[in-house]
Order: sequence, then C-alpha cells, then structure tokens
Amino acid sequence: MGPVIPVYEISQELNFLIAFIIGIGFGFALEQAGFSSSRKLAGMFYGYDTTVLKVFFTAAIVAMIGLVFLNYFEMIDMGIVYVNEYYINSAIIGGVIMGVGFIVGGFCPGTSVCAAAIGKIDAMAYLGGSLIGIFLFGETYSWWEKVYNINYLGGIKLSTALGISDGLMVFLVIAAAVLMFWVGEWAEKKFKRPDISKEL
Amino acid sequence: MSHQNYITGKHKYMNPYMAGIILGLVLLLSFYLTGRGLGASGAMKSVVVTTVNTASHENAANSHFYSKYISDGKNPMNSWLVFQVLGVLVGGFLSGALSGRLKLKTEHAPVITKKRRILMAIAGGALFGFGSQFGRGCTSGAALSGMATLSLAGFVTMIAIFGTAYLVAYFFRKNWI
Repeated sequence: MGPVIPVYEISQELNFLIAFIIGIGFGFALEQAGFSSSRKLAGMFYGYDTTVLKVFFTAAIVAMIGLVFLNYFEMIDMGIVYVNEYYINSAIIGGVIMGVGFIVGGFCPGTSVCAAAIGKIDAMAYLGGSLIGIFLFGETYSWWEKVYNINYLGGIKLSTALGISDGLMVFLVIAAAVLMFWVGEWAEKKFKRPDISKEL
Repeated sequence: MSHQNYITGKHKYMNPYMAGIILGLVLLLSFYLTGRGLGASGAMKSVVVTTVNTASHENAANSHFYSKYISDGKNPMNSWLVFQVLGVLVGGFLSGALSGRLKLKTEHAPVITKKRRILMAIAGGALFGFGSQFGRGCTSGAALSGMATLSLAGFVTMIAIFGTAYLVAYFFRKNWI
C-alpha cells in the first residue's frame, strides 16, 4: 500500500536516499528532453520548438492516469497524497510573476539546475538570480502576508470544483493535450527556424 | 562535432513524448513512494533560509516567513527536496555526459551580447524565485505535480505561468530569435 514512506514510517536516511535517486531520474529526463537549453525552452513561446508542451503534458497525463489506476486498485491511499492547497490570489499573482521570469530568464528553477549541471553559464546566473528573488520575497514578506493568505480554498481538486468524476477529468485533460500536441506539431512547421534548431 | 555522444555517437535529444513518459513515471514513483510530487524552488528556499539564519538568527526567527522553517531547531537543509535537487544535478550531468553535451557555454540569440544574456538570466531568475514563493511552488512543485493530483491550484498556476509568458513573449523576442 502506498504511499510507502508515510505508511511504513521509513527512516529519514532511507527517505533522503530515495529523494536523491528520484532526483537523478528527474534530472536525467529533463536533460534528455532538451530542457537544459534555454533557447529550446523559449521556442515554446515563439512556436519553433514546442518540446516543453509535449514533455510537460505527456508527463502530467502519465502521472495522472497512474494515480487514478493506483487508487482504483487500492494500491495507494489518496487521503495521504498531497493535493496542492489553493489560495486564489497568491496562485495567480505568483504564476504571473513566474511567467514573466520564464520569458526573461529562459528557465524555470528545475530546468536551471539541470542546465547548470551540463555547464550552461546562463543557467548558473539564473540560479543565483532565483536565490536573490527568494531572499527578496522573504525580506518583504510582511508586505504580502495578507494577500498571500486570503481566499483560501484548501486542497481542492479541479474535478471537484467542476462537479465531475476524477476519471472524466483525466479524460478531458488527455483530449485537451492531444489537441495541443496537434497544434504544437503544426506550429513547429509553420514557425520553424532551422538556423536556431541546428544550434540547439 | 561538438555534440558527439561518447557511447552511441548520436547527438539528438530524446523524442519529447518518450522523455515525457519517463518524466511522468518518475513523478508517479515519487507519489507512490512519498505521497508528494517533484519540486525545485523549495530546495532553493532552504538554501536562502539557511543563509539568512546563519547570518542573523534573530532576524530569521522574527520573520513570519523564515521562522516557519527553523522553529524547534529544525535544519532547513534536512529536507526531502534538497536531496532531490542534488539528484537533479547528478541526473542532468549523467545525461549530458552520455549525450556529449557537457560544455561551458552561454546560450543566447546572435543579436544580443553574452553580458546581456547573463543579466537577463539573473533578472528572470529573481522574478521566478520571487513568484515561486508567492505562488507556493514553481513549474515542478505547483504546476506539474499539482496537475497530476488534479489540484485546482496546479491548473491555475500552470495557466498563469504559461499564459503570461505567451502574453509578454513578443516584447522579449530579440533575446531568443
């Protein structure tokens, strides 16, 4: 019965070893996908390379379907699985700031670690910048504390909010993803930049 | 041939759908083993909290933000995400080594200078770092892992990140294309 570590109260040392091994898989998959290249990541927003869309949504769907099946066969206790808590204001404001940061900096935190690992100097600069940004948030926290904590809805699921079953929700996400994959493949032909793709 | 794979001789990236399946399975394994998904910005927060706490424990203990992570003598570096991100560093390096992509390099569009790219990377990182704290997680912890559990917060954060990036992409095009 999963989740294994909280259910069987695994020791902290083993827990951290598992974290390290899962991280290796995470970093390996990101780098193999090409997420170690900022111009490849940015291609998503100009259409010449939609790898981000394909990798991100494929991964989300695989994990989503996996969780639905694990739950169905009673192999995981979904009551313990963490569902992100929804604070309406902070999720939207934070997301918008991250969106600007993405197009300005060319990475997100996870991909910058992976790119820095293979020697991308811009990724190392980005990592330094992200520490500065977190520090600035910490130092100015009292200014945002109120808006950061208002409109709290708890660990609510999209399927619950829409009043549909989890299975139907997953099906709708898959349908939307297939449509986006099709648009992505079309965009890569329409906005193709062989000069850039050749260099990546 | 700057992109020589030491083992297979290929220099291509993996098929994106295949890479997505592998990433999805890693994410699923994380949920099955730990009950939580993947993350990145949380580990960076640990680094910042530790630094502030070391520089001035009083300042950290009095802050509503930092104090959450150091109460009862907790060490913020003793966290699952710190070890996971160390793994990302190793996994990324192994993949780069296997595919012949280990190289010190600053990547940018030909029309901008290297210096400008570095400054933009620092500024973008700072914005993303700030936003990740405001939004309680980044692309990994909030958007990807959040979507996998069908959480409303995950979908909203994902749409806010990618939607905003599309809206402002035009103004930053010279940096990339």
